[in-house]
Amino acid sequence: MTTTSTTSDDTGRRVRAKVTVGEDLLSVEHLRVHFPTEDGIVKAVDDLTFELKQGRTLGIVGESGSGKSVASQAIMGLHRGTRAKVSGAIRFAGVDLLQVSDEELRRRRGEDIAMVFQDPLSALHPYYTIGNQLAEAYRVHHKVSKTAARARVIEMLDRVGIPSPKSRIDNYPHEFSGGMRQRAMIAMALINDPRLIIADEPTTALDVTVQAQILELIVDLQKEFGSSIIIITHDLGVVAEMADDILVMYGGKAVERSDADTIFYSPQHPYAWGLLGSMPRMDRIRMERLRPIPGNPPSLINLPKGCAFNPRCPYASDELGCFTVEPDFDATLPHPVRCLIPEGERMAIFREKVQPTL
Amino acid sequence: MTTTTDHVTTTAPSTSGASGDREVILRVGGLVKHFPRRTKGILPRADDPVKAVDGIDFVLHRGETLGIVGESGCGKSTAGRTVLQLIKPTAGTIEYLGKDVTGVHGRQWRRLRTEMQMVFQDPYGSLNPRQTIGSIVGAPFAIQGIKPPGGVKAEVQSLLERVGLNPEHYNRYPHEFSGGQRQRIGVARALALRPSVIVCDEPVSALDVSIQAQVVNLLEDIQNEFNLSYVFIAHDLSVVRHISDRVAVMYLGKFMETADRDELYANPLHPYTQALLSAVPLPDPRKEGKRRRILLTGDLPSPINPPSGCVFHTRCPKFREELSDADKQRCIGEVPQQREVAPMHQVACHFPGPATVDVVKLESVEDMFARAAAEGAVNAEDVGVPAASVHPDPTAAPEPQT
Ligand SMILES: Nc1ncnc2c1ncn2[C@@H]1O[C@H](COP(=O)(O)OP(=O)(O)O)[C@@H](O)[C@H]1O
Ligand SMILES: Nc1ncnc2c1ncn2[C@@H]1O[C@H](COP(=O)(O)OP(=O)(O)O)[C@@H](O)[C@H]1O
Ligand code: SF4
Ligand SMILES: [Mg+2]
Ligand SMILES: [Mg+2]
Repeated sequence: MTTTSTTSDDTGRRVRAKVTVGEDLLSVEHLRVHFPTEDGIVKAVDDLTFELKQGRTLGIVGESGSGKSVASQAIMGLHRGTRAKVSGAIRFAGVDLLQVSDEELRRRRGEDIAMVFQDPLSALHPYYTIGNQLAEAYRVHHKVSKTAARARVIEMLDRVGIPSPKSRIDNYPHEFSGGMRQRAMIAMALINDPRLIIADEPTTALDVTVQAQILELIVDLQKEFGSSIIIITHDLGVVAEMADDILVMYGGKAVERSDADTIFYSPQHPYAWGLLGSMPRMDRIRMERLRPIPGNPPSLINLPKGCAFNPRCPYASDELGCFTVEPDFDATLPHPVRCLIPEGERMAIFREKVQPTL
Repeated sequence: MTTTTDHVTTTAPSTSGASGDREVILRVGGLVKHFPRRTKGILPRADDPVKAVDGIDFVLHRGETLGIVGESGCGKSTAGRTVLQLIKPTAGTIEYLGKDVTGVHGRQWRRLRTEMQMVFQDPYGSLNPRQTIGSIVGAPFAIQGIKPPGGVKAEVQSLLERVGLNPEHYNRYPHEFSGGQRQRIGVARALALRPSVIVCDEPVSALDVSIQAQVVNLLEDIQNEFNLSYVFIAHDLSVVRHISDRVAVMYLGKFMETADRDELYANPLHPYTQALLSAVPLPDPRKEGKRRRILLTGDLPSPINPPSGCVFHTRCPKFREELSDADKQRCIGEVPQQREVAPMHQVACHFPGPATVDVVKLESVEDMFARAAAEGAVNAEDVGVPAASVHPDPTAAPEPQT
């Protein structure tokens, strides 16, 4: 099993004060986000633990409804003051964000952590120009004149590849194409030079050719600014391109985590096997039939007893206790897997039955 | 030496691929759809419509799938709807089973509806939330005034069963179903009148991969069972490759390249197809690390004012980096027509040719057999390798075993 990553490149990155490249920037411990609703408690995120080092990129993958966005919203502190019950710890450079004051959280939002969404129109107000919104975002965290802020905005728009930024700065969001809006939002996220960028499906709404441009931009900017990135996506191609480490979520829980190489070439959770196996692959000679994961994702109000994946898992059995015992996720391991199949047996299944088909 | 003996081996038709000598079910020629625009001025300006579809030609054989790929806004949906005449074409002809059906209306148009159906992308928006799935799937019978032999309810229940839904859920409402299940409802509705052609407009784009695979398999199964022809519209190039026999690549209302599936992905000759394929991130970090992308610059031009000559020239990497000034003039001044550069492989480019970088490096046939053997499928046919595509590039080194 290799643990080296092919995508990380630590050279040429600007190193920030306090946290240097390679140290834990973010450490999420036993995070739970539960929403009480009329139908019952939605356990959107349940016992999520992971850490992220400065300058690295973590990919979070999983089907829709698996809790990816809710987890990232929790890191941004967006569940404060709502009915959501949040517990656990979210340590950012050693400080638990769940414990800080609202004021401090607001300061850190934007300055330390910024977010890029799937839909730029949800982050950009339609009635204000791009320039005003970006300048405002900058001035919240920097005591500078409007002229200085405007200069900074032009610099950022230029940096993210918006043509003629000096005139486009006065456009409204609807005057930008989808790809340009996404660039503008990235510029807004980066304008305060945050240490962590959370990108939630940043390219899902874009065409592949634009996606390729945006992903390249994100990679370049990361090299330049040395920020850490959490990229949330359902597209395994995107994480293959971007992520150093990968966390696989299912039913609100982490089910597997390791470096990208391990997740792609020796995954250990049956859900990860199913996910990788169900994709049509353009770079392979075409197989006659796709191999879907049977069934549907679970309801987060009524997770199946035992292992939440058991109704869809080809390896579930009474002997293993899949229908009664909830498998553990030992986050201290380099490659934790939430599955009851003993490790040796899992390796054998992977080698003999799964790997040849991936 | 003319020896016609009993032992003559019949040679395959020269046109490779699946479509050889099958019945032509649909023939579309010079199809144009321009949407007039209401501008803010007093008079509507008829001189600058949205050129959503601007002259496309294709032939669809019985039992065949034609994939149409391209970026959003390139006119895929409009092409699909115009072919079914859900919207009126501006110009061009649509022949169904050899008969010109362009502009039919009234009874004939309704008759045509029983032959050609559509499945939409949005499993949420395309189903009426206030109707039970029984009445949604049974609607085509009511509209056409057709009474199936065993009665509508029995027929609908057997359709539900056929698409993998519980027939007892006849009285439930769309919101009680997941995205994948709703898409199955849409498929059942399209199937009700036993059409010959189904236009599938992004039928799996909104679904998660694991569910997407279920619906793709369902579409393939019912295609085989009912000998259906599909026009399969999508922007996901991997899905299109999996399901299509032939693929057309669309850009600003025109087909840039049309070829048999394996030919198109292995040997793309249009600069746009090459850029599109190279932009797809592969779920394989080691390959991704080594891959070079052909990045397109700039945004998609507006279909109201498409560029002159070749509509792609403003973003074309070949135009920008490889062509002489004289050649460029040709791209700017002259509209490239679809030309047959290889059997069944048409390209609308003045300077077609292989890409300068590896667009998608296909695995070797040996690797594929190793995988197939492990799955219990040991001959080429079982894994769907058409004879024509088993020509491994002798110069391609096998992937290093890391
Ligand atoms: N404010 C909320 N109240 C109740 N349930 C919610 C709320 N936000 C999200 N959920 C539920 O939490 C689950 C996880 O959602 P989400 O994190 O958005 O999934 P993903 O991003 O993985 O697609 C879903 O079942 C969703 O319906
Ligand atoms: N009813 C309509 N009126 C005016 N313009 C339209 C209409 N439908 C589509 N268009 C325009 O036609 C072009 C092609 O659209 P569409 O066929 O939906 O593309 P695709 O399906 O490839 O995304 C787009 O520019 C779109 O805005
Ligand atoms: S015709 Fe010219 S501009 Fe168009 S794709 Fe070919 S080389 Fe590029
Ligand atoms: Mg989400
Ligand atoms: Mg469309």
